[in-house]
Order: sequence, then structure tokens, then C-alpha cells
Amino acid sequence: MSETPVDAEEVRHVADLARVDLDESELEEFAAQFADILDYFDALDEVPEVESETDLVNVMRPDEVREGLTQEEALRNAPETEDGYFKGPRVS
Amino acid sequence: MSLNAFITEETIDGADEGPLAGRTVAVKDNISTEGVRTTCGSEMLEEYVPPYDATVVERLKEAGATVVGKTNMDEFGMGTTTETSAFGPTKNPVDESRVPGGSSGGSAAAVADGQADLALGTDTGGSIRCPAAFCGVVGIKPTYGLVSRYGLVAYANSLEQIGPIAPTVEGAAELLDVLAGPDKRDATTREVERESSYADAADGDVDGLSIGVPTELLDGADDGVLDAFWDVVADLESQGATYHEVNLPSVEHAVQAYYVIAMSEASSNLARFDGVRYGVSGGYEGNWNESFARSREEGFGAEVKRRVLLGTYALSAGYHDKYYAKAQDAREWIKRDFDDAFSEADVLASPTMPVPPFELGESLDDPLQMYLADANTVPVNLANLPAVSVPAGDVDGLPVGLQLVGPKFGEATIVRAASAAE
Repeated sequence: MSETPVDAEEVRHVADLARVDLDESELEEFAAQFADILDYFDALDEVPEVESETDLVNVMRPDEVREGLTQEEALRNAPETEDGYFKGPRVS
Repeated sequence: MSLNAFITEETIDGADEGPLAGRTVAVKDNISTEGVRTTCGSEMLEEYVPPYDATVVERLKEAGATVVGKTNMDEFGMGTTTETSAFGPTKNPVDESRVPGGSSGGSAAAVADGQADLALGTDTGGSIRCPAAFCGVVGIKPTYGLVSRYGLVAYANSLEQIGPIAPTVEGAAELLDVLAGPDKRDATTREVERESSYADAADGDVDGLSIGVPTELLDGADDGVLDAFWDVVADLESQGATYHEVNLPSVEHAVQAYYVIAMSEASSNLARFDGVRYGVSGGYEGNWNESFARSREEGFGAEVKRRVLLGTYALSAGYHDKYYAKAQDAREWIKRDFDDAFSEADVLASPTMPVPPFELGESLDDPLQMYLADANTVPVNLANLPAVSVPAGDVDGLPVGLQLVGPKFGEATIVRAASAAE
């Protein structure tokens, strides 16, 4: 048995966080599959703490103006645009 | 019958002269091509046409190559069979009832079938090496930072690299010579000193080469695959190489660590697909969260939804330390194990895939079983190392791949060893 039981409600909650709608049959199917997969992931508990030895170095560049996409190019793939802007859903 | 290797067939001409003049190259469909649609095998991007070229595509054109099309792939690279593509599965040219492997299955199938001389794939957890092994061709996953990822549609950016697929080791190395090198637009790329070209390293000279065989990567492999593997090790010995067993105890946790990290990065990277700047619109009813959720329900297939949800879960409050932080510990442990192994071996050898190619449809219903098939390839991505898959005989006519792993930026060494195994 997994230490992290997963039911359809839990899947629905995560799907809400991830902004993905699911239908009822997907909820049931994912709940069963996630239980198996998370049970398998639980073996990570056996991994010891390991300090990272990597020396990370910042890679810097001068902050200079350079060519980017034109407004027309940037908008070309949008499903809808209005007055040269992306058209998005309402924010409230 | 068509293999369905390409999602879009379109010719993009390169320069008149260059090291790849006269050569045709197939490009995986998650690599941006200016003016030619780039779908990532997803309905979400079915009509997406990039306004710019990926750096590797610019380099192909400058080298004189002719791009012949964009190849089929598991959706966003998420799969081991090319069956999660929204454009239908690709068939394995060696046996059309089998999968070509994935996620770069279209690229490997196109090369194996002669529909392109060479191909670009991408490898996040084995996605170049697996299809190369299953289709009987050569594939190289470069060291992280050798090849620019600018213009690659991100899935798990701390793990993935673009790399070559070709019928021969020398051909793959020639293509890598064109792709490799720093790029101002990808800050993770490095300038690497090269004594000679990678293609020149394909000289077949393995006299004195020390090969380590990690015993953990032989566990659970198919008997026929193991027979083919030991035959090729014996062949390398007869050419002057020596082999010894090595232990990588940490790799027992590699598949778990890989999937936790890859899914977590995917959940973040794929947040950009909300149907506003590109992709399937979720309409304008209700609030923005509802609209985004509809866009993503419609645009994403089941495997992508699974990974985005599991990644969201692994990063969520209360589970982050249990999954994501432990997976990072495992990744560090795996890097150390490889470092230790390379203190006494020049290359590490194993079968690329523990099994011969699956039958079409065989693995779709059980995602966990599909993940477990990546046991030998994912440790290499977690450790940022280079690896090649080279054909090593067959099991009942189905191709087997030999995987050779090298130390960081040791591409010349694995090319040399692989050229002796051909």
C-alpha cells in the first residue's frame, strides 16, 4: 500500500492547481495510476541526504538592446487578437 | 505502407556549400523552424508556426544541409514509444508491428528507412538512444551544455539535449561537429576544447580502452539482449579493450528521481500553454482559470496531463521535501557514483534498452511499466553525461543497442569506442 493514498478528489484538487479540466473517467483512471506511480516514487525515502558539490558560476552578458520579434510576429500564433494585443479571458 | 515518420514534410534549403552539403536531415518536431509548423506531437500546437529558427537549425542550414521535414514524436517528448503523439504512432521500419521507440521515434525511423540521411532528436531521459536502439541506428545524447537548446520547446530543461541520429557512428559524429559549440542565446552552453573533430575520432581504435560494466544495468534485462550485449563486449576485447564490472548502487533510484524531476519541470514549463499567445483557445466564458483549464483539457493528451499533474503534486506544499528534494539528492548521488566509476574506466557499457522493441499498443495502458523501460538511459541525463547507442546485433531479428557512456565532454571517447563496436 502506498503511504500516499490517492482518490479522485485528490486528483481533482491537483488538476485545479495545474489548471487542467478532467472528465469523470479520467479522474478515476488517474487516481488508480497515480497510486501505483506514487507508491513506486516512495522508494526515494531510502535515498541519503547528499550535499551538492557543484560549483555554480554566473554567466553574465551586457544588458544591451537587441532585435526581438516584431509585434506582428509575436501575435501571429494567437487564437485571437484585438487592436494589436493578445486577447485573453477575463481576469476576475 | 507509410511509417508515419513525419508530421510535416517540407523542404528547407541550406547553404550551397558546407560540411553537410547534399545531405538531407529530418528534424524532430519540438525544434523550432521558422515558417514551418512545429507541433511537438500535440494538438495544442497543431497550427503553431515559429517566427524564428532554433540555433541548431541555423547551424544545419549554414552547414549546407537540406531539411526534409519535421518528425513524429511522443507528445512534448513524453513517452518511450512515439505512441502518445496526437498524429498517430510511427511504425518501426525493421518490423512494422513494433514501435520505433521514443520519444524521437520519427527521427530514428526516417533514418533507418532511408527517408533522410541524418536526423535531429532530443534526449531528456533516453529519447535519442531508445529509438536509435529499437530502429538499429546510431544516436548520441551529448553532454549537457555541448549543444544549444535555444528554440527547443522545453519539457525538462535541466535534463534535455539535442543530438544526432545517423546510420553510422561517423555520420552521427559529423552531425555533432556541426551542432556543438557555445551559443549566446543559451547560457548553459560551454566552450569545449576539441583536439580534432568528433568525426575523426571514429577511427575504431580501442586498444587499451578500459570498459566498465555496471552490474545494476544488466539486472532484469531480456536474455537475448544480454547475449547480444556480451557478444559485442567480447568483440571489443578481441580488439584490445579490457572490461571489468563496476557498481552504481544509486541507479536503483534513477527512474524514480528522473520522473519526479522531469514531471516537476514539465508542470512548470508547460504552464505557458494557456491558449492565449498560441495553442487551443479555452474560449472567453467564465474567469481566466476556467478558460485555461478548458484549453489544456482539449489541447493535451493523457500522458501530458498525467505528467503535469504528478509534477504539480510533487512540488506542492507538503510533498516537495518528500519527492522533489529527495529526487535532487538522488541526482547528486548518481553523479558521484559515475565520477567514481570513471576513476577506473574510460567508458561504461550496458544494453541501451533492457528489452527488444515493444509491439504497437503493448505499453499504453500501464504508464509505470513504460517508465521502468527507461532504467538504463535516465541515469545518464541525471548525471549530465554523454552517451551513444550503437547497433549490437539482434534478438530474433529485432535490433539491440549497446549504450556507451563517457565522462563529461568525453564525446570523442564514446565515438571512438562505438566505432569499434559497429
